[in-house]
Amino acid sequence: MFIVIGCMLAGIAVGYFFRQQKIRSIHKIILALIWLLLFLLGLEVGANETVVRQFAKLGFEAFLLAVGGTLGSIIAAWLLWLSVRNKSLSK
Amino acid sequence: MKGSLIILSFFATGLLLGIFRLFPSDILQYNTSFYVLCALMFSVGISIGNDPNSFRQFRSLNPRLIFLPLMTILGTWLGVITVGFFLNDRSLADCLAVGSGFGYYSLSSILITQYKGVELGTIALLSNIMREIITLLFAPWMVKYFGKLAPISAGGATTMDTTFPVIVRNSGKEFAIISIYQGFIMDFSVPFLVTFFCSLK
Repeated sequence: MFIVIGCMLAGIAVGYFFRQQKIRSIHKIILALIWLLLFLLGLEVGANETVVRQFAKLGFEAFLLAVGGTLGSIIAAWLLWLSVRNKSLSK
Repeated sequence: MKGSLIILSFFATGLLLGIFRLFPSDILQYNTSFYVLCALMFSVGISIGNDPNSFRQFRSLNPRLIFLPLMTILGTWLGVITVGFFLNDRSLADCLAVGSGFGYYSLSSILITQYKGVELGTIALLSNIMREIITLLFAPWMVKYFGKLAPISAGGATTMDTTFPVIVRNSGKEFAIISIYQGFIMDFSVPFLVTFFCSLK
């Protein structure tokens, strides 16, 4: 599992080493890889009959988690906002 | 928004091909997606290491606002734990793994699929896309009732790309740097936090 994190750290090192040359194409490569992986994820989900049958239920759980996470973070940000608001926001 | 629709259409295309078995069955046998994932993480690393602004941008911040990403993380966790109590089929660690995508749906869903299987991976994809869409749609409402930091926190890991324009429009230009700072910190934390919660039983 930590191979994946290792790949990212290796990438950071390589990117930092070549920081004089801008590697411009990297964002396009990332996008293409993401598309490919989500296509593969779709394949895997589609081929899995149990998951296909439960799709509506999974969507509903996803919705609840999205709303819960977003609301929680908004409230936390609000607390920070209340504590900073009176102080100056200048740099 | 357009970006997430394109992503969804790739997922949907795969989904349909999968349902109707219109693909060579070998693809899923070999660990194709694991190797592509490693290539992706390597590339993400390069883009972070290669950007000279990555490490420099943060000097001009209000010191207290440095804690915004931390608030985002803690708030999100509290929120998904609360929801998790009502989801009998999901462990708290599963819920926290999904929540720790912070809207970074592509990477988090891919990682979670790899560690925990397609079912939780699908939830992660849908849930984190929804978080981005909620932020895009409700940013004005968030600013009105919860202050100017709220949409930045809600945007999670997306605040330096997809939700950035909406945040600047609703919270103001002076929040652009904070927005980028938060996006950078969160982008960087997602792989670690998701991996951590997936490794819990």
